[in-house]
Amino acid sequence: MDFAYSEEQLMLRDSVDRFGEDRWAGADRLARLAEGPEGSRRRWAAMAELGWLMLPIAEAEGGLGGGPVDVMAVMEGFGRHLMTEPYVSNCVLAAGLMHGGGELASDLLARIGAGEVRVAAGLTENDGYAIEQVSVAAIDGPGGVHLSGMKTHVEDGADADWYVVSARTAGAMAERDGISLFLVPRDAAGLTVRRFRAVDGHRHCTLMLDRVPATPLGERDRAADRIDAAVDRAIVAHLAEAVGSMESATAATLDYVRTRQQFGVPIGTFQVIQHKLVDMSVACEEARALAIVATRGMTQPGAGRALIAAAKARISQCGIAVAQQAVQLHGGVGTSEELVVSHHLRRQMMLDLAHGDRDFQRARFILLSAG
Amino acid sequence: MNLDLTPDDLAFREEVRAFFADGIPEDWKTTVRAGLRLPPETLVAYQRRLAARGWGAPTWPVEHGGTGWSPTRLHIFWSEASAADAPAQYHQGLELIGPIIFTYGSKAQKDFYLPRIIHADDWWCQGYSEPGAGSDLAAIRTRADRDGDHYVVNGQKMWTSYAHVADRMFALVRTSAEARRQQGISLILVDMDTLGLRVRPIHTLDEKYHTNEVFLDDVRVPLANLVGEEGQGWGYGKVLLDRERMVAAATAMFLPQTLRAVRDAARRRRMGGGTLLDQSGFRAKLAQVEIEAMALQAMVMRLMADAAAGADSGPRGSMVKLRWSELIQQATALWVEALGPAAQHFGALDDGDAPPDMPLALQGALYSRVTTIYGGSSEIQRNIIARRALGL
Ligand SMILES: Cc1cc2nc3c(=O)[nH]c(=O)nc-3n(C[C@H](O)[C@H](O)[C@H](O)COP(=O)(O)OP(=O)(O)OC[C@H]3O[C@@H](n4cnc5c(N)ncnc54)[C@H](O)[C@@H]3O)c2cc1C
Repeated sequence: MDFAYSEEQLMLRDSVDRFGEDRWAGADRLARLAEGPEGSRRRWAAMAELGWLMLPIAEAEGGLGGGPVDVMAVMEGFGRHLMTEPYVSNCVLAAGLMHGGGELASDLLARIGAGEVRVAAGLTENDGYAIEQVSVAAIDGPGGVHLSGMKTHVEDGADADWYVVSARTAGAMAERDGISLFLVPRDAAGLTVRRFRAVDGHRHCTLMLDRVPATPLGERDRAADRIDAAVDRAIVAHLAEAVGSMESATAATLDYVRTRQQFGVPIGTFQVIQHKLVDMSVACEEARALAIVATRGMTQPGAGRALIAAAKARISQCGIAVAQQAVQLHGGVGTSEELVVSHHLRRQMMLDLAHGDRDFQRARFILLSAG
Repeated sequence: MNLDLTPDDLAFREEVRAFFADGIPEDWKTTVRAGLRLPPETLVAYQRRLAARGWGAPTWPVEHGGTGWSPTRLHIFWSEASAADAPAQYHQGLELIGPIIFTYGSKAQKDFYLPRIIHADDWWCQGYSEPGAGSDLAAIRTRADRDGDHYVVNGQKMWTSYAHVADRMFALVRTSAEARRQQGISLILVDMDTLGLRVRPIHTLDEKYHTNEVFLDDVRVPLANLVGEEGQGWGYGKVLLDRERMVAAATAMFLPQTLRAVRDAARRRRMGGGTLLDQSGFRAKLAQVEIEAMALQAMVMRLMADAAAGADSGPRGSMVKLRWSELIQQATALWVEALGPAAQHFGALDDGDAPPDMPLALQGALYSRVTTIYGGSSEIQRNIIARRALGL
């Protein structure tokens, strides 16, 4: 197995890091967050210009056809600099769901790649993470399909222009068969978007659908596999983000314990502190190794879904533990809004929840790895 | 401590239970369970209700206006308060400076300040930490120089919680430069509206306003506001340490509140046919924290038995603080987990509300990170236990 990036991937990673240093410098973070969606839109346009947005999109759909390892090279930097732009939800998740999904999907994909539209995915319901728990009803009528029901969490959905929504065209709640995907524009009649912000600067939403006209996307009744594959890709992209964030929080902590003096010495001279930093660096190593294996695994035939669930479960644990320790070792200032360490903690907590928390992933691992 | 309650104790318990039965508004509960403070004005009103009932200072001796309760009674009182989702009383006046004043203060100080603490006429803040003096408190640099019948105070305090609502601050300041850093430190009482004193907020990760920097520029404090003797301020901290075991004990007794919140959230969260609380995996995790919380209650009882017997509890106060802070972090994390995707909806951007328990549950989980840092970090508590109990 190859653990190293190619020349091109290294250049990509460095370019994301430079962007992060310029546009998401830790010291300016509060100002960036205060800019809200306006600032985010400007940076999104810049990312489009750099070609990042079209990177994971298939060539046939106007993209560059980049693979999971390319996405990893991008997402590490998102994690290191805690960039809040909705890269994974648009360019990985929505793009995965829409790939080969018909004319409208293909058109939207090209526009995602160009930074012209944003698409978010409404897949889960009922305060759950399982994608087969679908009760939003798709009713065929003379004017086409209409959707009714509720999607409780749409990752990065607050500022999206379009939504990919899963709905039931056959079967009963929790059955894999009978789930279909649809495209709905934000201003569709009967659609209510309730927006929320999360503690990490991301902005999500809930969708309330009341006979909303919708355009079918991909194969009818058989969307579960497509959804699983796209969500797995999104999870894997998030793994890289988590690893970048962990490493960054660890590096900041290492710097801090070398300079912060108490009792007349740098606190990094206390063995207790040294051991904690050692544990943090072990966790970073563990997470990076696992993220690489899971990411490379995606490019192999029969990609290991159990491996992805395992990686998400374990990297969430490592990420949260590392960020908590980073805060702890900074003492009081670790809890301040001004310093970036606690922002890493907030992001790690939210990354854990995105597409299913540790417990959910462990349960999924049990199912997927059952002999 | 005698765990078999006497008929008197049982009657007392009924009395306390009745007091709390109708006194705790529903809208306090989520905040309290999240380990967060209610708004200061609410806490002031609550303290006044307790004071009116004669219960303003549960841990103080009768001669200073306290209840003089035995540890058994205190245990009953806190258990009932906890069960009713009542908040913990704000501790900085009541548990931190009050006892120092009644132990070391002048008669004038006792007469003036103590009743005002009990009746919540004054909100106190603690000005100990500084930018360069956190764990290493003896490194404080804020100076108080004599000028006639005043001290002139210059320096900066940091992390001064609730300085923005406080009427007074008790502060450690340097009154002379001695070879031993612990010497030459004095404890003074500063009115917050004194000229030259400025409060600036420090924003924290949970987005709730708790704490501040306090800048002191030629702040004139009457010499009469010195507590005890000049240069002996460090030693008064010892009383504090002794009291802190009670603060730790009291706080630990409120842990079941958070666990109830976890249970309620898990019961609300739908899962397949049932709820999250029906899932054996989650149930087991909750049980684990509940079991550890019970062990902590047992440690608290033992600590209070020490107090009843007038015995030195050694490092037990540190042990309780250590375990409590770890458990409140675990309990609030479990609460967030129970909320699931709803925990991603911290605040509503449109009309309408955030999901139930939000943002308080998440604020509680984030703020709980502070508990292993303030009041002696976990690393410092372990150092204390290693030194004092284990002789290492
Ligand atoms: C929200 C909040 C509210 C607070 N409220 C108040 C208040 O009202 N009044 C007040 O006076 N103070 C208050 N504090 C300050 C608090 O008591 C200090 O933050 C605490 O003492 C730690 O000091 P520090 O932040 O300077 O961290 P540091 O002392 O710099 O510690 C940094 C890290 O090093 C570790 N460390 C330090 N020394 C050692 C050692 N010898 N061995 C091993 N590890 C060590 C610490 O455990 C920590 O992990 C508050 C703090 C916070 C965050």
